[in-house]
Amino acid sequence: MKYQDEYRDRDLVQGLAERLRACAAGAGRAMTFMEVCGTHTMAIYQYGLRGLLPPEVRLISGPGCPVCVTPNTYLDKAIACCRLPDTIVATFGDMLRVPGSTSSLMEERARGADIRIVYSPLDAVKIASANPDRRVVFLGVGFETTAPTIAGSILAARTAGLANFLVLSAHKTMPTPMQALAADPELAIDGFICPAHVSTIIGADAYLPLAEEFGRPCVITGFEPADVLQGVLMLAGQVAKGESRVEIQYRRAVKPEGNRKAREILDQVFTPCDAEWRGLGTIPGSGLRIREEFAAFDVEQSLALTVEPSCEPAGCRCGDVLKGKITPFDCPLFATVCTADAPVGACMVSTEGTCAAAYKYGR
Amino acid sequence: MCLGVPMKLVSIDGTDAVAEIDGVQREASLMLLDEEVAVGDFVIVHAGFAITRLDEAEALETLSIMREVFDPEDMA
Ligand code: SF4
Ligand code: SF4
Repeated sequence: MKYQDEYRDRDLVQGLAERLRACAAGAGRAMTFMEVCGTHTMAIYQYGLRGLLPPEVRLISGPGCPVCVTPNTYLDKAIACCRLPDTIVATFGDMLRVPGSTSSLMEERARGADIRIVYSPLDAVKIASANPDRRVVFLGVGFETTAPTIAGSILAARTAGLANFLVLSAHKTMPTPMQALAADPELAIDGFICPAHVSTIIGADAYLPLAEEFGRPCVITGFEPADVLQGVLMLAGQVAKGESRVEIQYRRAVKPEGNRKAREILDQVFTPCDAEWRGLGTIPGSGLRIREEFAAFDVEQSLALTVEPSCEPAGCRCGDVLKGKITPFDCPLFATVCTADAPVGACMVSTEGTCAAAYKYGR
Repeated sequence: MCLGVPMKLVSIDGTDAVAEIDGVQREASLMLLDEEVAVGDFVIVHAGFAITRLDEAEALETLSIMREVFDPEDMA
């Protein structure tokens, strides 16, 4: 295991693991915690943290990566956009290889579509300003960490008077799907490792309903192995005492109230809507759509797209992986038909996907 | 895809800033920040926007794991 020879705080990690063992033994019951952040999933696999857990404590991965939870219907719309005349599609790199129903953005690019990878949505605004006779569609995918940056870009495009910058929005918000998962008796989740940077924006208080109404302990955790283990220990401590509260382990970046300014900008441009999640289906109020006031910047409100009926890749179990019902190892295609070089499903494509993490570090 | 990376602010012009990590410089909008920042401060940058301020020791601690888990091209 990697941490044993390389991790600088080996003693700290071992100490935490020891305390976790004592706590779990004291609780006298098994417990299952879910992480819903792709970066946590990566850290848990990379450092072999599951190997440090006592037998009573099980960690499962949930819908942690925005690319993974974006359904094929969205990709099919994105592909329809890049086939429109005089259109440039701008996107974060991860979206490129995700297969849609019958094509992917990468295949479309090979066929001549103008698809550009950007680092920031503001770069897409710059492309729009440099190409006034063409339309630039930015693929807006992400949780509350990313959505404010897209909102900011729409405001920047409006200030610059751009009429050729549009967003195809599939933004999603976090606490709502966690509530849906908490309510699923088959999963029996005892607590959540809450996402780190999403919480920077929404704040710890956003998880209060999960703790108070759903009775699930929540701990917002950083990314170091010691952070994650300490988060698990805090969760186990709550379970052992029969409590359910929201605690912040990642105090260095998360405040109870979050980032108000970012949320204001988000609310100025977006309003909640129902959203379809890969694997989880449609969850009421879990998405963000662009307000009518900004319709001119919204693909859905201002362009007519022709999209073929969507279908999912044959045999891919991403839906069950994203719900935590199976691990990647339970998918018959894992590491045989579906590999990092030739991914079948979204969870293998994204750098933060659970199948990608399991493939890279878990075998 | 929604990685946040601690970076140091090297110049500020209104809400436009330039931030640096490991010798890589990036533009970083300060539009979403709800606290005052100055050149030399660390912030978490996500998709071209600073989303929160960090103190330096905390930033360095967070970076150490990110350097191990992610490829350099994912980071900035
Ligand atoms: S946005 Fe941040 S918190 Fe959410 S999955 Fe990505 S890395 Fe984790
Ligand atoms: S291993 Fe591949 S096919 Fe199986 S669930 Fe993961 S992404 Fe889908």
